[in-house]
Amino acid sequence: MATETSPIQSYLDQYGRVAPALPRGDLPWLAALREAGLARFRQQGFPTARVEAWKYTSLRPLEKLTFEPARPKGGGAGIDLLPTVMPHGQPAHRMVFVDGAFRGDLSTVGTLPEGVVITSLAEALTSHADLLERHLGRVGVTDSNPFQALNTAFIADGLVIHLPKGSNVAEPIEAVFIGTGSDGSKSDGPTMHHPRILVVAEPNAEATLVEHHVGLGTGTYFSNVVTEIAAAEGVRLHHYKVQRESGQAFHLSTVTADLAKDVSYDNFVLTMGARLSRNEIKPVLNGTGVECRLSGAYMVGGQQHCDTTTVIDHVKPQCTSREVYKGVIDDTGRAVFQGKIIVRPDAQKTDGYQLNRALLLSDTAEIDSKPELEIYADDVKCSHGATAGELDDDQLFYLRARGIDRESARNLLIAAFLADAIEEVRIDTVREAFQSMVTGWLRSRGA
Amino acid sequence: MLEIKNLHVTVADKPILKGLDLTIDAGEVHAIMGPNGAGKSTLGYALAGRDGYEVTEGSVTYRGQNLLEMEPEERAAAGMFLAFQYPVEIPGVSNTTFLKSALNSIRRAKGEKELDAMEFLKLIRAKTRQLGMTDEMLKRAVNVGFSGGEKKRNEVLQMAVLDPAFCVLDETDSGLDIDALRIVADGVNALRGPDRAILVITHYQRLLDYIVPDKVHVLAHGRIARTGDKSLALELEEKGYAEFGVDEAA
Repeated sequence: MATETSPIQSYLDQYGRVAPALPRGDLPWLAALREAGLARFRQQGFPTARVEAWKYTSLRPLEKLTFEPARPKGGGAGIDLLPTVMPHGQPAHRMVFVDGAFRGDLSTVGTLPEGVVITSLAEALTSHADLLERHLGRVGVTDSNPFQALNTAFIADGLVIHLPKGSNVAEPIEAVFIGTGSDGSKSDGPTMHHPRILVVAEPNAEATLVEHHVGLGTGTYFSNVVTEIAAAEGVRLHHYKVQRESGQAFHLSTVTADLAKDVSYDNFVLTMGARLSRNEIKPVLNGTGVECRLSGAYMVGGQQHCDTTTVIDHVKPQCTSREVYKGVIDDTGRAVFQGKIIVRPDAQKTDGYQLNRALLLSDTAEIDSKPELEIYADDVKCSHGATAGELDDDQLFYLRARGIDRESARNLLIAAFLADAIEEVRIDTVREAFQSMVTGWLRSRGA
Repeated sequence: MLEIKNLHVTVADKPILKGLDLTIDAGEVHAIMGPNGAGKSTLGYALAGRDGYEVTEGSVTYRGQNLLEMEPEERAAAGMFLAFQYPVEIPGVSNTTFLKSALNSIRRAKGEKELDAMEFLKLIRAKTRQLGMTDEMLKRAVNVGFSGGEKKRNEVLQMAVLDPAFCVLDETDSGLDIDALRIVADGVNALRGPDRAILVITHYQRLLDYIVPDKVHVLAHGRIARTGDKSLALELEEKGYAEFGVDEAA
């Protein structure tokens, strides 16, 4: 009987090959962090459907492929026009990564308030090694997410933002992660990259981070992103993301956030691309008076699979969390929403709200919605709701009876359905950019 | 303008219209009256092309075209308009967006130039004021949070903006107080003209005091049971529908 090679073996082999070349291996703490990441990855392995957190998302398609670490590419890389969320010409700081590697030639960072650092992780490993040593790999490390561990093992590049006390970066910081799905060689086999984003915000700082993950072409690649956020007292952080990877791409993303007293953190994810994607978002409300808002809109068609998994951990009293997710699923697309709210014994006066609504456009579209409340305090207010439905025939007919053709009427109703999730984006320019992406997606679907 | 011959319509396999004949010429206003369940609304939906209203027999010719072969949006583009008895609420779509999409869809279908935002705003501002509606009602989502009277006014506003050739008003008077009724009727009367025909579907004679019809038809048991002039409406008000074999407790 043939023994099947463990799906993690190729990653372990890759690590063996590239580890010596990873940047700043001479830093003992960094070498130890990577080794610890690898050990955790090896120990956890690929989650099977028996693992509760992965029950609805099968990683079989990912397991079947072998990915080469993407090699840094020189100028060009087939990028004629940089895809951006913030319109060209609008003030924004832009950090561009191609297959996980920072590209200074494509990036522009404007004038920043004193002390603010926006730099690539590869650069920061030299220029801000102390900061990274203090913060990297500290927030939300768990034993139920091997991909976070895998990312840690391969830490090489990414984005580092450091906001000193009271600083306010007025212009959005846009991080563009371009996946080319090409390893730069003639073989052009599947590639992987593990971008790492670290945001360290000192008390009362404020900024807007817009992550833009975009695929060029139709290549197969695996983007395994980890974002760590350490927000001190009174920080206001707007964290928005649009994911439009190529149709054959895998996009796994883990966001962990440690939110101190009176922090306002809002996270919005617009999902359009990738064959298989998962956004795991896990904020820990670690001080009183935190306002945490997680929201998103997902548009899933073809054979796409999109998983949104959130865990909001209320540790301290008097915090508010709010979740509004809306999704449109067509063809044989499948979406998963798992929303867990934990209210620890100390977290009295917690106010939690969660909503996931899905619109199914075909008989074969599927949504699995799993709200989960784990409440250990007695004086709390928590509610959740999940619905799945189809387009309303009465509304469709009403629009058509006024001369609007079937396709336009459907698109109008779909856009209207998603609108109140997108309304959660508080920054006007970002919201408008997202709205036009939704419109574009609807148009591109055709009949 | 509209010629209905021997129209049979079933809804969920239940025959509702059973051989209805009706001819309406341009410039005319006809009223269809009848007891509840006679098939009045079914006629409106069948003319507008709603799914589930299956025509099993008969024909409808509209301006020389076979209306029954057309999609609802094609009918609208050809000038057919149904004012709904129960206007539909559409959360997330503003009244302005809705009206503009509708108008430009119809203009496109007719090969006319689409209106830009400024031209469109100018057009609806005037019509809105005529109907005693506020700009605020244009910003709100379609019919969401509208009172019964506001919804009906909104229907008449759409009619005024889309400028149809043939209007079907399905129970437009229901749920209106006397002031609202007058405003709605004024709006409809403003649309009367030699090139337009209007079919008023109503249960009560009241609306016909304000929108005076050229002809009144009684619809009972799925067919036109009697046709007369406006005095027929008064007669029905007095005697009810008993003579048509319908026993209606008032």
